[in-house]
Formats: sequence, C-alpha cells, structure tokens
Amino acid sequence: MSATIPCNPIANSDQVRDEDYLWTLNFGPQHPATHTTLRIVLKLDGERVVDAIPDIGYLHSGFEKIGEHLDYNQYVTVTDRMNYISPMANNVAWHHSVETLIGIELTPRCKYIRVLISELARISDHLLSNGAMGLDTGAFTFFLYAFYQRERIYDIFETLCGARFTNSYTRVGGVMHDITPLVVEKIRAFIKDFPNTLEDMERLLNRNRIFVDRTKDVGVLTKEEAINRSCSGPIARASGVTRDLRKDEPYMGYEDFDFQVCCAKAGDCFARYYVRMAEMRESLKILEQAVENIPEGPANVGVDERTALPTKEQVYQTIEGTITHFELVMANRGFEVPCEESYAATETANGELGFYVAGDGSDVAYRARCRPPSFIHFAAFPHLIRGHTLSDVVAVLGSLNIIAAELDR
Amino acid sequence: MPVTQPTVDSLRDRFDNIVESEFRGQTRVVVPRGSAFEAIAFLKEERGFDLLVDLTCIDYLNYRDAEDRFGLAYLLANTSTDERLTVRVMLNEPDLTVVSIVPLYEGANWMEREAWDMFGIVFDGHPDLRRILMPEEFSAHPLRKDYPLQGRGERHNFPVLTRGEA
Repeated sequence: MSATIPCNPIANSDQVRDEDYLWTLNFGPQHPATHTTLRIVLKLDGERVVDAIPDIGYLHSGFEKIGEHLDYNQYVTVTDRMNYISPMANNVAWHHSVETLIGIELTPRCKYIRVLISELARISDHLLSNGAMGLDTGAFTFFLYAFYQRERIYDIFETLCGARFTNSYTRVGGVMHDITPLVVEKIRAFIKDFPNTLEDMERLLNRNRIFVDRTKDVGVLTKEEAINRSCSGPIARASGVTRDLRKDEPYMGYEDFDFQVCCAKAGDCFARYYVRMAEMRESLKILEQAVENIPEGPANVGVDERTALPTKEQVYQTIEGTITHFELVMANRGFEVPCEESYAATETANGELGFYVAGDGSDVAYRARCRPPSFIHFAAFPHLIRGHTLSDVVAVLGSLNIIAAELDR
Repeated sequence: MPVTQPTVDSLRDRFDNIVESEFRGQTRVVVPRGSAFEAIAFLKEERGFDLLVDLTCIDYLNYRDAEDRFGLAYLLANTSTDERLTVRVMLNEPDLTVVSIVPLYEGANWMEREAWDMFGIVFDGHPDLRRILMPEEFSAHPLRKDYPLQGRGERHNFPVLTRGEA
C-alpha cells in the first residue's frame, strides 16, 4: 500500500528546490491547526508539498537547565509542564528514573497506584490526540465526545490529588497521597461507562468516508524507517514495530497484568489513529485489573529508606520517624544519591519517555536529560509530508501528536 | 534487558581501549573518540543494535573526580532481543569534534543538532548542523555548566522587530 502515494516526480530532487515556481508558505507559529507553538516553512508546488522545514524552539524554557537547580522532588512540577496533556505519566516517568538511580524498590500498593494513573493518563492523552486529529480533519462531534471523557479523567485526578491539570502527584519513593475509596469508586464508574463512548467514537470515524479518505495512505512510515528514525510508542507500533516497554522491559509491576500490544502494519495516519483507539481498550483492561487488586499496605517506602516523608504518627511517636522527617526537610540534608548515572524509561502515551539522570551526591540532579518522544517524532515530519498536499499537513501533524512544550522543553 | 556478555566481548575483541562499567544493571562502554563511529556501526551491523534511543551530552565541569570535560552518551537498543547498551565518548576542549552518526541512524539528526546547540559539540559530517532550540544569533551553549541559570542578559537585549522591518 505504501507504494501508492500520489507523488510528484520532482519532489525529492535537489536541483529544482529553489526554482521560481515553488512558493513558500509559513505554517505557524500561531495557527489553530498546529495546536501549539511551532512553525513549519513549506515549499509548495501548487498544493503539493515539495519540502517542509520545521523551525522549533518558540517554547524553549530550559527545563533541563532548571532540572540542575531544583531537587528531585521539586522538579516534578516542571515535568507536569512538558507533556501537559498527560502530566501524570510524566510525573511517573521522572520519579521512576530517580528511583532507578537511587535504587529504591517501591511498595506493591504504590506500584498499582502508579499503574492506575499511568493508564488513565494514557487514555486521556489518546483521547486528545485522536480528538484533535478528528477536529483537524473535520469531525467536530468526535472531538467533543473525546473531551467529555477527558473531563471525567480530570475529575478523577482532582479527587486523587487536588489538581486537575498540573498534578505533581508522585514523590521519590511513593506518592503525594494514598488513593481513597472515592477515587476507586470514580475509576470503577469510568471503566463501566467509557466503553460505550469508545464504541460511539469508533462508529463515528472508523468507516467515515471523509476521515478515511483524508488519513489513509497519508504520511506513510515503514517499519525500517520507524526504527531508523528512533520512533517509539503508537507511531512505531502503527508501522509494525512490536516494541512496548510495558511488555519488553516490564517496570512497576506491569508483568502482573494481562493485556495486548496493539500494532498495525500500514504506518499511515489512519493506522496511528487506529492503534491509539485499540490501546485505549487495552488500557481499560489494565485499569480494571489494577483497580480491583490494589494491595493493602503503605503507599510510600518505609522510614528506613529515608526518601519519602513519614506520616505524622510516625514523626510524633517514633524516634526513627522524627529523624527521617528532620533529615528530609532540613536544607543541605536530603537523601543520599550515588555519584552515578542511569537511564530509565516508561512507555507513555506518546512513546518512550525516559530520563537520563546523573547524580552527584547532593539532592539536586547534576544532569536531568529528558528523552522527549515529540521531539524525535517531529524530526520525521518532513519525510512524512513530502509529496502530499497542503491539507494533509494537519492530518499528519495530528497523527504524530506533537506537544510543543515537550518538543522544546 | 541489560546487554549480554557476548556483545561486550565482541566489541572488546574488535576495538582497543574499551572501558566497561555497570550500574543498576545498565552496561556502559567508554569508547575512544577516534573509533566511536566504527564502534557504533559495528554494534548496529553485527550485533543488531538498530534503535538509537537517545543521544545526549553531559558537562562534567564541576563533577567530582571527573577527568574529561564532556561526555556524550549514545543510548542504543536492539529491538529484537531488547538488549540495551550505553556508549560513552569523552571529549575535551579545545577539540570538541566527533564523527556524526546520521549516516547510521536518521533519528540522530535532531539529537546531534541539540547537542551542538546546548553544548557546542561539533558533529563532523552532519548534513545540517544548525541550532535547533535557541535562536540563530545566540552565541553561547546554555546547558554548559559555566553558563548561568538566569542567562547573560540575552533575553533583555533581544532585537525588537517592527512590522515595517519584518
């Protein structure tokens, strides 16, 4: 199928790139269909895109530099602002990396809570990216269906930690607050209702003539290209790469859950949409298993680890609790971090989100490198759009789910 | 999954001065700068490390016991066996040049541009080594440790463009 792209024979030829008949169109940085602040300089031959030159950095805020000045718990507020459509997943990814560096084994209850919030974040991210892709290709109803369900996930997060958008929920060695029965009830209600909406959404778009015509065979990425261009997540899986870190390198107890890795072969925009829809169903399966089997016990690691703040009972009634509290809240004390470097990644909605953290013994990271999936996927954009028409730009952009805050950090 | 011993052994047979270390189950090999490209090409062609997960740099200016100024980290993975290996290349001023791996991994294109932008590492043979996140007229490399968090006044002195000039 990939060979049938209507392609201009001059499209990949270098000699004609600067010929007079090509005209230049600035797409962005402020444009409703880019959704965020990014700019693409398009070289057009009529409606056909001959070349696309992305120009990014409009939202660069030095997150990695800030990471070298905030301590391991403070930096979680910055990770919220990277991929702001699934901040919970970023929180989990950051503290997963820090815990790998320090060498903390989480409690079983904490692992389940983190799986729950990661999967909710994945659903909310996929809802927005598919919804916005529908919106850009003319399916407004679909977008509203998706957004209503996102609103319910926001409600769950608000009940869980008090914040709807920038959650900052995880802490080194645990979470901010244990999960409450009310949250469990809300998640159960969501699991019960959401499949109906999902079916409605699939009925709206899966066989929708306009949507399928605009996305099928558009922006085709083959399996080899996907690997060579470092793609990950649903974008790689839509091209036939069977890599999913939850299965391949299970972390946080993902080996306990029964779910499938969703893949497609076509590698076009429709395949990426379809993989995301299928992944939401699998996420629901994981949610269902996790919410019914949350282990009893403490949510944070014990006092001996000296990383998570002890409860007030422990602080006032035991000497170990008092010492741990004192050690953690005093300036220049904090927990011990080895003079070492490690990389740990999680499978977030957008792909592999990893942090390369270098510790220097203090409670501030020496280097906090983020491996941003959007950045890597956007690098493949010119390749995907060459030879297609101007109106396909928004379809391809939507299917890649580019989040400019994560792109520029 | 961590790297298997045969991979490290084969790398050591082929190249001299490979320093291997391990931390939390993650294996790292330090490769001399001159053979970095060949070592990565060998890992890709012979050992199936077909995925470049990430390419980044660390500035060891204030790091305890550090001997080198910059350390590049190539995070490689094998998609069929799920092996992971970190290849480190150490660089010192004034010669911050290393051979670009874009001919091997197309995905390295923007990552190398970012390393150039943030740390001033020059990738020899890169097709388009321009700044990517910072503006073109920016002169410093902001993720270096000798660059202050608040900047050096660039932000206050940005040229103002009027509609007529633009």
